Amino acid sequence: MAKANLEPGSVVDGFTIGPRVHKGGMAVFHEVTHPDHNAPLLMKVPILAEGEDPAAIVGFEMEQMILPRISGPHVPRCIAVGDFATHPYIVYEKIRGETLFKRLPDLPLPATEVAAIGAKIATALHDLHTQHVVHLDIKPSNIIIREPDGLAVLIDYGLSRHDQLPDLMAEEFRLPYGTAPYMAPEQVWGIRSDPRSDIFALGVLMYFFATGERPFGDPQTLKGLQKRLWRDPTPPCALRPGIPPWFQEIVLRCLAPDPEARHPTAAQLAFDLTHPEQVRLTKRATKAKRDPWTAVIKRRFHPDSFRPEPPRAKQLAGRISSAPIIAVAIDLTEGDPKLSDALRVTVERILATVPNARLACLNVMKLNRIAIDVAIDDAGNSIHVQRIVQLKEWSRPIPVGAERVSHHVLESVDPAAAILEYVTVNTVDHVVLGARTNSLIRNLLGSVSLKIVQEAPCTVTVVRKPREAVGSDEPQQLETSVPATAATA
Amino acid sequence: MRITLLADIHANLEALEACLADAARRGVDRHVFLGDIVGYGADPQACLDIVRSAVAQGALVVRGNHDEAVAGTRFRLNEAAGAAADWTRALLADDLKAFLADLPLSVVEDDRLYVHASAFRPMYYPYIHGTREAADSLMATEHRLTVCGHVHRPALYHISTTGKILGFTPMTGTPIPLVARRRWLAVMGAVGQPRDGDPTAAYGILDTAKNELTYVRVAYDIETAAAKIRAAGLPDVLWKRLALGQ
Repeated sequence: MAKANLEPGSVVDGFTIGPRVHKGGMAVFHEVTHPDHNAPLLMKVPILAEGEDPAAIVGFEMEQMILPRISGPHVPRCIAVGDFATHPYIVYEKIRGETLFKRLPDLPLPATEVAAIGAKIATALHDLHTQHVVHLDIKPSNIIIREPDGLAVLIDYGLSRHDQLPDLMAEEFRLPYGTAPYMAPEQVWGIRSDPRSDIFALGVLMYFFATGERPFGDPQTLKGLQKRLWRDPTPPCALRPGIPPWFQEIVLRCLAPDPEARHPTAAQLAFDLTHPEQVRLTKRATKAKRDPWTAVIKRRFHPDSFRPEPPRAKQLAGRISSAPIIAVAIDLTEGDPKLSDALRVTVERILATVPNARLACLNVMKLNRIAIDVAIDDAGNSIHVQRIVQLKEWSRPIPVGAERVSHHVLESVDPAAAILEYVTVNTVDHVVLGARTNSLIRNLLGSVSLKIVQEAPCTVTVVRKPREAVGSDEPQQLETSVPATAATA
Repeated sequence: MRITLLADIHANLEALEACLADAARRGVDRHVFLGDIVGYGADPQACLDIVRSAVAQGALVVRGNHDEAVAGTRFRLNEAAGAAADWTRALLADDLKAFLADLPLSVVEDDRLYVHASAFRPMYYPYIHGTREAADSLMATEHRLTVCGHVHRPALYHISTTGKILGFTPMTGTPIPLVARRRWLAVMGAVGQPRDGDPTAAYGILDTAKNELTYVRVAYDIETAAAKIRAAGLPDVLWKRLALGQ
């Protein structure tokens, strides 16, 4: 293999080499420029000396395969990939901002700040997972909070897995590859296909950032790594009193040894992190110390205790689509019980087909543009609280676990805009809403459902109340997805 | 250059035409036929006519075990396949049999080897069922990419510089980069008789400029192809399996 000349000023495939900005264990990074690109660029060149760790080579091959195939705001934009036989390199857009590694001297951080950072990372992870990639090396140095938009950008795909491409890492090495403190137990067992491994790593990161300590230490042996399967970490609130129960609930759920017990998708984790008041607390929320030795020994030696297994031949995207976030917008003011029932029937049907779905019940409290809004009714009750109670009453008959339902009252002068914003921010996969039947109101206000059908970045179901005709008690549905131009809502 | 990789046509004209039409839509520069043009199906003449006219335009062809059985008598097949070979042999004119008999066992083009079954002892047509047989083939050649068929199930094997061999079941429609530091063995699914549970016709497209291989599936008129086999009086198993993809 020819060794590329990386002296500043030399040119490789049209890229003019600039100063070296970083040298890691497996690669060096140079700033480069190219006449076709205005943005600042980075060139990553692997260190391929004799006797080097073969993981450096395979990791670089993986990154060369994956990086050109992913896109969006949460990944660095790939500009060029050099031929491995001549000049092995990857050029990508330089991300403005610092990695979270720079925050380590500030630890521990307040739980609310950690939750905000965690939500950004979870949102980025969900975006990556929907592109068929599991990162498998989530840690502070691989996350950049980009300036000025503040979004999380995930870097370094050397250990990642694309579920539609050959896994060059698999079985290549006797020991599992990853970063010891952050590796999920199934990764320790050599499983490289579960997106929930990234949720575990993010749980470790949040635990570390909120307490200043790593939940499983930094073991250097395989045996030490395996321990996290049966030995539970010290609950965060035992290390830092004042960590709220909702935060501990979320973090300990991320750290569950069985991936099935974690959040089904990173989008659902992001949802919890941004809606602390909606997190359903279990015993672990207030757990004050680690499990007794008897429980640990049982988990360690009992033949029935959990051991990681490769997920059944199910593709990543399929796994994610089986755990969508569904939002239903309920109009509590018009109060048509038939429409309300029809909405509920439709939601029940959707939930029946997707067992891991999460349901968000929304109501928009319309604010007046001019008049001063009354937040307290004549009897002195908060209207906001009343609405939540009504929403809960609406969803009560739906046969779904309480941990999967949440209730939200949005306040806005523009109901459609409020719902659209909610849907976008929370990466909702499917919106269900009723069509208003009162034509006078619709003519005056414009159709909320029409605007949502046209603009929502996801599937929209508009439910009408059943026709009065004999024998027709089925809700009428109009299903559409973006790009939608149907003006039928 | 974009190359179509077509294996195991097995005289299934409907499947072959569907694949070629699909490839034409995607834009390709040439065809490579990876053996077993005939046997099992009811349209050996029409399929051979297509292959021969493609050869006149630069296509490459290698010989499969069914082609050999129809051309001569040396190769032994199982009962249903033997019946189909006998039926085909009786049907084909001598020049078509001579065309089959003259096909090479393998063809080399740039850094690629095309062969029907395996680069390891190709004249015995071994089946590549897993990494062990894939290793035999990968060790038997120094070419960076070997393309074959014969097992009627798509698969992709690769060997690293450290000698580790891994197998992969390719996803339909996703271009796979054949990264340069390792060597690859691409097993194509069958055009005319898929056996991986998916009854649609299988072929591949290799983009040599991008160094990417895409496994493609195409729906075709299975009912007509099956009805022709039945009408020809060939064993029932041969038309029944088409709809099952088994």
